[in-house]
Amino acid sequence: MQYLDEFRRSDYAQRLAAAIRDEAAKLDRPVRLMELCGGHTHAIYKYAVDAFLPENVRLIHGPGCPVCVTPRGRVAHAIELARQPGVILASFGDMLRVPGEKGSLLKARAQGADVRMVYSPLDALKIARENPDRRVVFFAIGFETTAPAHAMAVLRAEREGIRNFYLLTSLVTMPPAIRAILDSQELALDGFIGPGHACSISGTIPYEFVAEEYHRPVVVSGFEPLDLLQSVLMVLRQLVRGEARVEIQYKRLVRPEGNPLALARVAQVFEPKTVEWRGLGVLPDSGLQLRPAFAHMDADLAFPEAVPRHLEDPKACECGSILRGAKAPWECRIFGTACTPENPIGACMVSPEGACAAYYKYGSRLQEGAI
Amino acid sequence: MDRKPQPLRETHVLLGHGSGGKMSAELVQSVFLPAFANPTPAALNDQAVITLEGARLAFTTDSFVVSPPFFPGGDIGHLAVNGTVNDLVMGGARPCCLSASFIIEEGFPVADLRRVVQSMAAAAEEAGVQIVTGDTKVVERGAADGLYITTAGVGVIPAGRELGPDRVRPGDVILCSGSIGDHGVAVMALRSGLDFGVPIESDTAALGSLVEAMLAAGGAAIHAMRDPTRGGVAASLNEWAQAAGVQILLEEAAVPVREEVRAVCELLGLDPLNVANEGKLLAAVAPEAADAVLSAMRAHPLGRQAAAVGEVRAGNAGTVFIRTQVGGTRPVEYPSGEQLPRIC
Repeated sequence: MQYLDEFRRSDYAQRLAAAIRDEAAKLDRPVRLMELCGGHTHAIYKYAVDAFLPENVRLIHGPGCPVCVTPRGRVAHAIELARQPGVILASFGDMLRVPGEKGSLLKARAQGADVRMVYSPLDALKIARENPDRRVVFFAIGFETTAPAHAMAVLRAEREGIRNFYLLTSLVTMPPAIRAILDSQELALDGFIGPGHACSISGTIPYEFVAEEYHRPVVVSGFEPLDLLQSVLMVLRQLVRGEARVEIQYKRLVRPEGNPLALARVAQVFEPKTVEWRGLGVLPDSGLQLRPAFAHMDADLAFPEAVPRHLEDPKACECGSILRGAKAPWECRIFGTACTPENPIGACMVSPEGACAAYYKYGSRLQEGAI
Repeated sequence: MDRKPQPLRETHVLLGHGSGGKMSAELVQSVFLPAFANPTPAALNDQAVITLEGARLAFTTDSFVVSPPFFPGGDIGHLAVNGTVNDLVMGGARPCCLSASFIIEEGFPVADLRRVVQSMAAAAEEAGVQIVTGDTKVVERGAADGLYITTAGVGVIPAGRELGPDRVRPGDVILCSGSIGDHGVAVMALRSGLDFGVPIESDTAALGSLVEAMLAAGGAAIHAMRDPTRGGVAASLNEWAQAAGVQILLEEAAVPVREEVRAVCELLGLDPLNVANEGKLLAAVAPEAADAVLSAMRAHPLGRQAAAVGEVRAGNAGTVFIRTQVGGTRPVEYPSGEQLPRIC
């Protein structure tokens, strides 16, 4: 298929792998790069990108899976809202499978709650339009990538005068998470593979601090195997030269200034908020909440009967360490035994962008030396 | 790592239990099999083989709940006949007759019902079977969604025909009769309101004549056949790998997938290997007969795009791998609980 097959060619992959080996040999030390986007994590496992890298270059999965970083208390809150009389709760498919305190939204649906899977917040708005006597709550999750679609849904609801549409927000932005990971010094990272789709909205300017303050290279990458290999090569070249810059590999989509139109809509509807992340804790100004002009659509305010709360992850679950890159999926004691895609205990086992789900689906048998 | 179905933990049935993947297997093994214990269903093939007064009969049943009932390339009636016919012929049986039961929601248009039934009659004629008995129930509005159809079928297995997942051997070549994922993507695209400019049609078809042509060319060298419906190629091959204690290696570049189907899968984040087919088959064939069987398939209208897509190996029993386009190798997992309900 045009624009896809070109980015999966095995001859080019071999040439990039050779160039990566050359650069890595010049460094002659272990290099740890964190990929920030869950889409990257998935692609790395799906195409076995690791297999093209030399031994001293290791990719570490970052906090880029939106479903995974949504804290457990927020999921429990969504389930509580779904159980309120007259409520229709809508969200993305994977979000419905994440366990809260007792079961997931899908289990709440099997027990009678009206929970709907949608592909877009605009689909949830359509449900609100078609069910004027019900209160429709959209469980809005995601990074910079999905924020414009949420803003559009809010603006459209406002324009059409739809009064039964609410957002339960768990929206986050990537740069504060990177700062938290670098500040924690839990792991020594040499550079970052930057999130291509988030940067197509936000641009790369919000990532400059990584180079300027922390002296780590960032290469914003696409999602095909050749994109990822080229990005690894670009980071290694910076490291060899002792540079730390923000570069764009994903030039077919990302501009340094981002998408000004989308950013304007997001700024019109949302303002920064200090929010909790699974695994990273409470990070200042790392989330988005509705501005006061749209407060009537804020499910946190419109449903005083459901109380927001904080819930710790189950004791055995290592999602927190995995989201910080401190542990790999296979280092979790319950990975693949108590925690599986059919019976997930942690969120990382739910979303295909979660490190555990991706590793379970594509990676684990390679680890066992299967072929 | 234990990847066998685990005992059921849920207290309520979830949509994933109907996915045809691991969750479905858990439901069947923890609820149905213990209650219906006897040697026949334990094999868990698409069809039961029973011997009655010397004749070997294949017997199968399937329910159809696809939403919407009409889709590009077919409808629920066509599917209900072909699905059951295909389950019979995959075991080498010649289908004889079907039953058809209808659960109809109050208010369903009679014109639509006629359309569905005429489509069933046409499909039955094409497949050379008769619909000889049936039942009709009507439920209150809201108690069902339009129309559900259950068909059952009986066929006779000619003497000497032995096909089954347990017969798959290392060295066998895996043949696929044509492009995969068409049916699931056609229904998904329609349902999600995605318009791609090109209509994607379901591949619904009765595979009996293709199977006969293959058996005429390959005979006993054909070890197993399967129509990869729910759970797709990934589920079917994983079942073979487990049943025969073998490993299966696919070549991604060899697996036929239509461009538009690939495009929809990329957009919706689906793997064509997991998507349902309704008119395709997989066969495990001894290597010396593979070329002859492949030629016979390509000479048949339902097998023009047939391809050799992989091979069976001895190592690491019960696993399926694919060599990807870019040059890596990754496992093809048994689908767990897909979020694609009511595709058939």
